[in-house]
Amino acid sequence: MKAISRTASTTAPSAEVTGARSFARTTRLLMAPAVIFLLIWMLVPLAMTIYYSFQQYNLIMPMYNGFAGLTNFAILLSDPTFWKSLANTLIIVAASLVITVCLGLALALLFNRTFVGRGVARTLAVAPFFVMPVVTGLIWKNMLFHPVYGLFAWVARQLGLEPVDWLAHYPMLSVIIMITWEWTPFALLVLLTGLQSLPEDQIEAAKLDGASAWQEFRHIVIPHLGQVLYVVVMLESIFFLTSFAEIYTTTSGGPGTATTNLPYYIFQTVFQQNDIGIASAAAIGAVILANIFAIMLIRFIAGNLNAGAAR
Amino acid sequence: MNSNRFTNGALGVLAWGVALLIFFPILWLLLTSFKTEQQAFTVVPNFFFSPTLESFKMALAQGSGYWHYAWNSALIAVASTVIGLALAVPAAYAMAFYPNKRTDFLLVWMVSTKFIPAVGVLIPIYLVYSAVGLLDNALGLTLLFTAMNLPIIVWMVYSYFRDIPKDIVEAADIDGASIMQTLFKVVLPLALPGLASTGLLALILAWNESFWSITMTDHRAATLAVYIASFKSAEGLFWAKMSAASVLAIAPIIVLGWFTQRQMVRGLTFGAVK
Repeated sequence: MKAISRTASTTAPSAEVTGARSFARTTRLLMAPAVIFLLIWMLVPLAMTIYYSFQQYNLIMPMYNGFAGLTNFAILLSDPTFWKSLANTLIIVAASLVITVCLGLALALLFNRTFVGRGVARTLAVAPFFVMPVVTGLIWKNMLFHPVYGLFAWVARQLGLEPVDWLAHYPMLSVIIMITWEWTPFALLVLLTGLQSLPEDQIEAAKLDGASAWQEFRHIVIPHLGQVLYVVVMLESIFFLTSFAEIYTTTSGGPGTATTNLPYYIFQTVFQQNDIGIASAAAIGAVILANIFAIMLIRFIAGNLNAGAAR
Repeated sequence: MNSNRFTNGALGVLAWGVALLIFFPILWLLLTSFKTEQQAFTVVPNFFFSPTLESFKMALAQGSGYWHYAWNSALIAVASTVIGLALAVPAAYAMAFYPNKRTDFLLVWMVSTKFIPAVGVLIPIYLVYSAVGLLDNALGLTLLFTAMNLPIIVWMVYSYFRDIPKDIVEAADIDGASIMQTLFKVVLPLALPGLASTGLLALILAWNESFWSITMTDHRAATLAVYIASFKSAEGLFWAKMSAASVLAIAPIIVLGWFTQRQMVRGLTFGAVK
């Protein structure tokens, strides 16, 4: 009743089709502002980034500016910091993905049960996702990770252990912990939404057939959640690739280059070395990396679009 | 049966334990914001203390500039949301009710621009902005937030419009209403709750944004995210004040967030999870 098939309504000889033809100009005018806006703010800059990546372009040495061919890419590929930042980016994505998805799934199953005060508990558990990343960085850096005045140091001393200087000695682990704290609630939220649409009768039928809890999880819950998990993995990958605020407020990419990821590397190349050409070449790398995940995700969204219309 | 009840109880306790553990850093921030600077910066943490509003007074005092940043955050978040909705509503309306063979492509194309990493467009935008005077400018940041949120807004408005039965719109068309009349008299009133939650989601995302704020603003158009980030080098001196400022910045969003969890999932997953 609600979702009337789009394909049917465009092919059926209804009043709307003849109307649609005369409306064509108006609808084009309705779409134009949004499309033009995105073209100007997204596609034109992307094209310019590609252009700059083939230019020698340094803001403080303008006399050498000009066409550079593939020089920027050659410089980039021979820069160990670039490779290090690429590796760091992938480590952050992989580790945060594994932790947030596994924890998020376990928590979603836990919070999908009925217990006293479930609504309140769930609300507390998803709160970190709504904290601005800048604040996340400062809470963890100052009040938890700090080697003398932080809470973790105090806990370590209570247990008779040597306090750890987290950001200095385990910088990458610290960054991953912060990102995980922010994004596990997102995975929990999405997976819980997915779980709640699980058909009750399937579980009942499995129980009647004598399925164990593990069989129920393996053969009913996981297949049902498959799509949801796929979307969570793709979305989180794209967001983790562009992590910035957590690093900016805590380690500033250090110590050395220990937590410099691709966005932070580009940020430094633009704002500290003023090298537009090389930064643009690195930005192209970031776009290609994001596209690997984005293409799969967009294909899925597009597929979903038609599946939704056919229902 | 008895052991089953025991398991259920234990899992309930576990769930509560995990929830409190996850929430603890926020609680600790909240507690610190009610301490004095001396109480906040101690080797042995103060769990019990007499709460004071001193740090909030400090954070909101005339010289702190808090209101300047809070005003910028609010202004830019609201303006970018309003502009975003104004651009998205006509486009989503045309796509939902007058689709043609290019509609799916355009919709997916708009969504796909959300997946271009910000660093991919940072450099040209920074250079053009600095050339035309939009750096550290509220309008410049507003338009960037609009571009950042537009794909999500278009998608959500489109999905709410699709929920409206088509016969209602067709009936209005047959009755001789123009496209714009149908939009304002029929579609918008029906989609109002959906538009409101879309706007709320856009507000939250704009308020929390930090990458563009940090790279494109300095002081004049700087938002709360930039102000709070500036505490990153304030070693020990201002922890209570920093906590108070942070609590004020995140509290409204956490409260709004709790009300809009479902819309958040719907918007950020582009309808793949309902």
